[in-house]
Amino acid sequence: MILPRPGAIDCDLHLPLPPTRALLPRLNDFWREQLTTRYIDRTNFQLQSYPVNSPIATRADWAASREGETPLEKLRREALDPFGTRIAVCSMLHGAIALFNEDMNAAIVSAVNDFVAAEWLDREPRLRGSILVTGQSAAHSVAEIERLAHDKRFVQVLLPVMSDFLPGKRQMWPIYAAAQKHGLAIGLHAGSTYRNSPTGSGWGSYQVEDYIGMSTAFENAIVSFIAEGVFNEFPDLRLVCLESGFTFVPTLLWRINKEWRGVRAEVPWIDRPPAEIVKERVRFTLQPVDAPRDPKALAKVIEHMGNDDFLLFSTDYPHGHFEGVDCLPEGLPDSLIRKILVDNPLAAYPRLAQELAREAAALEKAR
Amino acid sequence: MTKHVVGTIDEVAPGMSKLVEVKGREIGVFNVNGSFYALANRCPHGGGSLCKGVVTGLALSDRPGDYKLVRMGEFLRCPWHGWEFEIKTGQSYCDPKSTRVRQFNVSVEAGEELVKGPYVAESFAVAVERNYIVVDL
Repeated sequence: MILPRPGAIDCDLHLPLPPTRALLPRLNDFWREQLTTRYIDRTNFQLQSYPVNSPIATRADWAASREGETPLEKLRREALDPFGTRIAVCSMLHGAIALFNEDMNAAIVSAVNDFVAAEWLDREPRLRGSILVTGQSAAHSVAEIERLAHDKRFVQVLLPVMSDFLPGKRQMWPIYAAAQKHGLAIGLHAGSTYRNSPTGSGWGSYQVEDYIGMSTAFENAIVSFIAEGVFNEFPDLRLVCLESGFTFVPTLLWRINKEWRGVRAEVPWIDRPPAEIVKERVRFTLQPVDAPRDPKALAKVIEHMGNDDFLLFSTDYPHGHFEGVDCLPEGLPDSLIRKILVDNPLAAYPRLAQELAREAAALEKAR
Repeated sequence: MTKHVVGTIDEVAPGMSKLVEVKGREIGVFNVNGSFYALANRCPHGGGSLCKGVVTGLALSDRPGDYKLVRMGEFLRCPWHGWEFEIKTGQSYCDPKSTRVRQFNVSVEAGEELVKGPYVAESFAVAVERNYIVVDL
């Protein structure tokens, strides 16, 4: 179904990757020279999760630009205006995060973040950004968060769900400490740096295997956050699972509670049923919806999730999960739709909530 | 309720337990720091022989990476799925409100009193000069 009213907060919208040469002015002399003389500027840095031109990478009617249209105009026409979007939290998952040279990695990632701020956030007031960081170096990641945290338009720290190690591990904690300090959520996005095989039993043969395996990766990541005690250590931290799907959540909640009762002593800092912690601290973007078309089936999943706060509205633009602007699945109760569109995103992203509170206060004062 | 004599106190030293059968029920008698407790040998979760599990303490933590084992000897871990029960209360640690193992009243009585009866000694004679573990059922 279509959105009942304008003003939604879209929590997962993808910006197109710029050609690498467009990043050159944002690199220092050393890296600009390296990228050009080594022809790295000819690489497009597209992550393998969405191979260019694969059918799932872009919805068919969103593939082509109109004559003379800028990428920003295209985004407004396709992703913002038709949905009446008030705010869109955008991400640019750039392949530089997979570079083994962590200094080059950090330099390009910084250029990407600066590019997003200057070319997108400065020009479109509805857009909010994600600070892309590389999970392989906490030091570089923290430096990047500190460098950009003053810009309140960045509302989350962005990492791929699969990287060199599970994201709850302690070497990642400095990143979470920095995020919490600045009121930034942690956004884990579907995708991988493909350092390790995307399954526990090696590499699949087909892209569909990677794609479907993402929900397992999110389960692993959530369990890692819980078991390692990330949420104990960082009591204000929110984890947003981007493009994760959510129909796996009920069975995950059942399983972690059940297993916790048996092996709790191994992780004694988990002092209550872990599903409660997930319900408080983890959020999931709406699209893709991996449920049958029967609205009753989806309603049942929602009921099993047992938490109206879980879902955040997303279009997952430009991936094709629905036709036209038919972005809400059938079967969501009205009361839940209201929460998904605005309330839950505000609760997930402290910076958005603060911004809207400031706006409301200014309006009040103006009266 | 009938008093069933299930053993002498020196058979079950502190930290030890004894599995007995009373009226066809298996009951574990535990000595926790000198106090006796009797629990049904049936885990309320999956039906496992709870009383054959490990008697241990409670793992607690102030923060990730911090480990403490406290109240050693006061908890029983089911051999089937590892659920932990407080021997003193029969309560599950993880689900204290709704999961509880059945407990029986247990007392220590002098043989001198017991011989006056009435009681049921399942398999042995009671001697006046000894102290006995008695389960009410």
